[in-house]
Amino acid sequence: MRHADVIVVGAGPAGIAAATAAARHGRSVLLLDDNPAAGGQIWRGGIEAPAQRANRGENARRNKALRNLASSGAVLLAGYRVFDAPAPHTLSALRETSTDAEAVALQYDHLILATGARERFLPFPGWTLPGVFGAGGLQALVKGGFPVQGKRVAVAGSGPLLLAVAAHLREYGAHVVCVVEQATTSQLVLFAASLWSRPAKVLQGIGYRAALGKAPYRTGCWPVAAFGDEASGLLKSVRFTDGAETWDEPCDMLACGFHLVPNTELASLLGCKLRGDFVAVDEQQQTSVANVYCAGEPTGIAGLDAALVQGEIAGLACAGQKTGPLRARNAAEQRFAARLEIAFRLRPELRLLPSPETIVCRCEDVTYGDLASRAGWTDAKLQTRCGMGPCQGRICGPATQTLFGWTPKSIRPPLFPVPVNALCFHDSQHDVPKENA
Amino acid sequence: MPKSVTMLVNGMPVQLEPESMVSAALLKAGVPCRRSVTGEPRTALCGMGICFECRVTVNGVPHRRTCQLTCREGMVVETER
Repeated sequence: MRHADVIVVGAGPAGIAAATAAARHGRSVLLLDDNPAAGGQIWRGGIEAPAQRANRGENARRNKALRNLASSGAVLLAGYRVFDAPAPHTLSALRETSTDAEAVALQYDHLILATGARERFLPFPGWTLPGVFGAGGLQALVKGGFPVQGKRVAVAGSGPLLLAVAAHLREYGAHVVCVVEQATTSQLVLFAASLWSRPAKVLQGIGYRAALGKAPYRTGCWPVAAFGDEASGLLKSVRFTDGAETWDEPCDMLACGFHLVPNTELASLLGCKLRGDFVAVDEQQQTSVANVYCAGEPTGIAGLDAALVQGEIAGLACAGQKTGPLRARNAAEQRFAARLEIAFRLRPELRLLPSPETIVCRCEDVTYGDLASRAGWTDAKLQTRCGMGPCQGRICGPATQTLFGWTPKSIRPPLFPVPVNALCFHDSQHDVPKENA
Repeated sequence: MPKSVTMLVNGMPVQLEPESMVSAALLKAGVPCRRSVTGEPRTALCGMGICFECRVTVNGVPHRRTCQLTCREGMVVETER
């Protein structure tokens, strides 16, 4: 059993800021992440493009944050996936290597959840074809070494991520054929106008747009179907619409995501109260559970700057330090989050994209037709196995929320599939002190 | 650091930059990771360890999420065919 004053789950910007702040004030800190390296999604390292233009400033910030983390004394445990909270102040994590997996028990006095967000995927005919990726998903895969040089890529869905993804794909030599945003032009103009007090964010957006070159950025449009080649099975085109007309865009890949969904599973397992889809926190980032804090996207989709300030607040609060001056900055970031939510609100037409045969739950191949007559999430699980595969509803849950208004509930351990042999030698049952058990 | 790593995907050698992810090797090789329960070919979707579409057998260990697994020289990867 390993113990730390503070355990931080998630080594993205929020987790890095939290771990650094707590460790600098003398606390012992363990920073856990399921990826092989720190950085999370937005600061994901990996294989660099020949010319790192669009994110040069971001690299500098990331490198500085990673240096600060390294010198803070916090210990990074990469490749650790938290799957249970079997006793108060105790987490179980799966440590995976290329040959082995073992469960380890970790104890904390204070816990900071910085579990980030994932993309929202909406089903449409053809979305399960090889060649269709998440938008951030394709970006991550490319940073992981997937070559896209010379490939024709359509980028579609919703959210500020689309432009960033398109700019990065171009750096890696992809031919971005279009960027298609479902939000209306008027929503986006209002959003841009509301950023007058945030010139850095406007400049970043303009930078990404400029990096797109001649690729058209179409707003108020969305994908309706992806088509594969009959013989090869590979993606050959994507059909888009503006609600009146449709057109087919020939491409080798589609990078498609509809903004972000917070990762709140661990918070829910710990009993933290949610507010809507997000983890409820006070001004110190404290959740409804004593000694459990939450920072970054799980508390509201607000982006990098919010994650950094919230992480720092949470880290300082766990170390018994004052957080006053940071709170005003956080409040400003939360106003930005509210504007983001309005600007990229999903249009109702997106609920009508699936045909009866379209798969909604990819793990269990449950179709829209199977689900349409179900009373809700639990009924769908019981009758169709929707949400009962290895992703445990992380992909289809948010989709059914958009399609049917269902609210996925019943978070249970293990939060991720865990090999039985790893559980057999799980040491938490034996090592948890009696007074805590 | 060596300039590349070579691994076997369904017995076929695939060469990648060091520190690439196993998911990249599968995409580069152009083979699906798995067959869905109704037999559809599937490849990586989320790229961040959430969707489980990229799971394959690596060095004999089944159900490894390849988007969070770093390539190593001589790694043996088998997909569902």
